[in-house]
Amino acid sequence: MGNCSKCKEKAIFLNPNFCKKHFIDYFENKVKKTIKDYGLFSKKDKIAVACSGGKDSTTILFILKKSGFNVEALAINEGIDSYRNHTLVDLKKFCKENKVKLKVVSFKEEFENTLDEMLKQRKNPCTVCGIFRRNLMNRYSKDYDKIVTGHNLDDEAQAVMMNLFTANVDLLDKSNPKSKKIKGFTQRIKPLYFCSEKEVAAYALLKGFEVGFTECPYVHKAFRHDVRSALNNFEEEHKGTKLNILKKHLKNISKIKTSSESIAYCSECGEPSRGKICKACKLLSEIQSFK
Amino acid sequence: MKIFIEKDKKNIEKKFFGKTFDLLKLLNINPETVLVVKNGELISEDETLKDSDTVKILSVISGG
Repeated sequence: MGNCSKCKEKAIFLNPNFCKKHFIDYFENKVKKTIKDYGLFSKKDKIAVACSGGKDSTTILFILKKSGFNVEALAINEGIDSYRNHTLVDLKKFCKENKVKLKVVSFKEEFENTLDEMLKQRKNPCTVCGIFRRNLMNRYSKDYDKIVTGHNLDDEAQAVMMNLFTANVDLLDKSNPKSKKIKGFTQRIKPLYFCSEKEVAAYALLKGFEVGFTECPYVHKAFRHDVRSALNNFEEEHKGTKLNILKKHLKNISKIKTSSESIAYCSECGEPSRGKICKACKLLSEIQSFK
Repeated sequence: MKIFIEKDKKNIEKKFFGKTFDLLKLLNINPETVLVVKNGELISEDETLKDSDTVKILSVISGG
């Protein structure tokens, strides 16, 4: 049986092998190292943590709060029946116990319909959800210096591969521990960038966070679902695949000159946009005209 | 052995003695996607399981 690489205790986690105490130290140190190495933020920054009540965002919220950063939680209620309502209950309890200010904004209040209702008209749940969620996150994080998300190593390696599958070069430089500073956008930060999904889940479990390890009911319709399965199969056969993808990716994008796209502002809502009208306003008008 | 598989929300009983890794292989579960809890404690895939153990196999994948 494997022992901890730091002491003689039984390992509860393999690759790297650690006992409970040393796994928690290893995980927290990895997050702190990412924050330091990539200059993600400082204690002077006012940080919004985009929270869902799931393991990833709860974990990063906990670590940042514990480390003395100035954090508040921002949650989006998309209106996904039997899913988000449960995770938000966990989040509210967590924020109360850990004395974190929480703001919840909903699709229903902002866009007149829940995601479930919108999908009666639109077929791709991830597109609809992504456009509106990004819009709300940016709009409600204007008073903050940074917005932290719980994206982990698996999420980011999947994003790199998804962009390669679709030959989408424009999005490649978004898979970074921090986004570029662009006027109108709150800078996005991913301190769990080098932590695998399994490591985050183990940390959340060991810390006793009351988070359900539940998948979004629409996940099976997502391209990401297939990429995730493929990468996990690769990882099983070739340890380190996901980390190597990100290491190579970061090396490659540091060499690529991305086009300095000029940002416009939506004539409807004033949010940053590639075109005259932003994707959220276009989508909202399509949904409203369907009625 | 009593086994709860969270992803499928099902309880099964199976005669088993051996490494956790081999149990996962037997159940066709990729170890990369789960955590295994034995008698309430998180264990590594290297740990030996006895027939009298109660095992939970928790999915690490959450969200969208």
